[in-house]
Amino acid sequence: MTKVGNPVTQMPLVDYLVLGGDPHLVADECTSCGARFFDRRNACGGCSGRAFSKVRISPTGTLRSFTIVSVAAPNVSVPFIAGIVDCHGTTVRGLILGVDPDPKRLSFGMELRLTTMSVGTDSAGNEAIGFGFVADYEGGTQ
Amino acid sequence: MSDDVWILGIRMTKFGKHPNEDAIDLAAEAAVDALVDGGVQMSDIDVLAAGNLLGEGSFGQLLQKQIGQTGIPVYNVANACATGATALRTVMMAIKSGECEIGLAVGVEKVAGAGLLGEGGKASSANPVFAPTGRFGAVTTLDGRVSTETMPGIFSLVGMEYLHDHPYEGTPLELFARISEKNHSHSTLNPLATYTKQMSLSQIMNDVMIAYPNTRPMCSANCDGAAAAVMISGAKLKTLSLEQRRRAVKISASILTSDPWQEACQVLPDVNALTRSAAVQAYESSGVSPEDLDLVELHDCFATAELVHYDNLKLCEPGGAVDFFLSGATWRDGRCPVNVSGGLQSKGHPISATGIANVWEICHHLRGEAGDRQIPDAKIGLAHVIGLGSACGVHILERSAGS
Repeated sequence: MTKVGNPVTQMPLVDYLVLGGDPHLVADECTSCGARFFDRRNACGGCSGRAFSKVRISPTGTLRSFTIVSVAAPNVSVPFIAGIVDCHGTTVRGLILGVDPDPKRLSFGMELRLTTMSVGTDSAGNEAIGFGFVADYEGGTQ
Repeated sequence: MSDDVWILGIRMTKFGKHPNEDAIDLAAEAAVDALVDGGVQMSDIDVLAAGNLLGEGSFGQLLQKQIGQTGIPVYNVANACATGATALRTVMMAIKSGECEIGLAVGVEKVAGAGLLGEGGKASSANPVFAPTGRFGAVTTLDGRVSTETMPGIFSLVGMEYLHDHPYEGTPLELFARISEKNHSHSTLNPLATYTKQMSLSQIMNDVMIAYPNTRPMCSANCDGAAAAVMISGAKLKTLSLEQRRRAVKISASILTSDPWQEACQVLPDVNALTRSAAVQAYESSGVSPEDLDLVELHDCFATAELVHYDNLKLCEPGGAVDFFLSGATWRDGRCPVNVSGGLQSKGHPISATGIANVWEICHHLRGEAGDRQIPDAKIGLAHVIGLGSACGVHILERSAGS
């Protein structure tokens, strides 16, 4: 059935998430020292250089650290697993999805892969798409 | 230029709930007590550095109006949880510069009942239409969507990262709960602590989980409190009484650092590099080595934080914090007692007061005045604080040769 009215527009939750058929994260890389940044920078925090180029971040990585948050602000749904993921040399923060929020289900070094999910729709019908990581089994997800 | 700077008088208020006193009342109490402790008056003070993070500004001047408006320069300082240490450091620099002989540093906070602290602790405003804002171009709040932005979660990530880097076979929850068990046990001897109850390991492990592996008693106790210190140049101290000189405590190192860039610091605040840097500078400038320390008060804002700072402060071999802790070294009868005050988990963490209160704890022992919790014959101690953002203060203190 064809939907009547404005089509839903998808927007990334953050501007370092690139949507489309091959969702991935991008960073601004300092052309002098190679430091990578997800947020807008006036100059490099590492070397004060002022030139950056866009780089694509690997969608796979390993789990460096995690916490299972059970108590948060009233507008934040819990529990959730916050992860620190080493994406082949670039450290990324993202939720760990598709895993029970149980420390026994998580292990340091576990292989992860980037995924995207809806984080809500606004009053104009725009859908925000966020990202997280799921366990990566032999290149595919389960 | 004066060579050395001393603590002449220092006091903290009882930490806990003070519903009938405002921040100025608490700060005035600590400041006046510190002046009395040092045997001086407000009219003797050349400079005031004051911190009250959650106040309305001009805190130092508001305090002066209650204890003495003498026209001296006031520095209102703010450096997150390192605000108190920053006030001490500001007075230290004023005295070292030779512009002042005696200064007063004060920190106070009213945080009792504040709940979770951090970005996520604030109510988010409704956003009816998504529009990218801020430096991430975020269309809505990121807490719980990209990561955790509350302090317990952030410091859980810090502690768990240590166990990633230095593999531990046991259960993280139990390990960190044991650190909390130690600090709660220590607090039973501290009448000024917010909580003074012994807690068993199972009580701590089975309490409300806030952010794994930190349960509620493994988090800083939000409380009200103030602390203040009178500092003096060595030259001026020589003109004072024998008793004042006997009780004065030497500041052998006063170091403040900020966080140097690290690859991952944009996604997880790095509390390690700046602490290591501060510790190295403090040991080098004082000639003290970690083995010389009779006690340490370090920034255990969460049980997970205490572990990493054993390593950062070089109290143990690199990577050896877990074994160091499990050896019993950091209990009050161990070879390197840590947080004999009860630490932030039980003594409490009134943000801007913390960096002066932990120096007070060290001074109390160095003066031999710590009563039931006295570390016998304590000569040298180290006080450490971290403020996220980040700032780190390390002070090494030595008792007077005359005491």
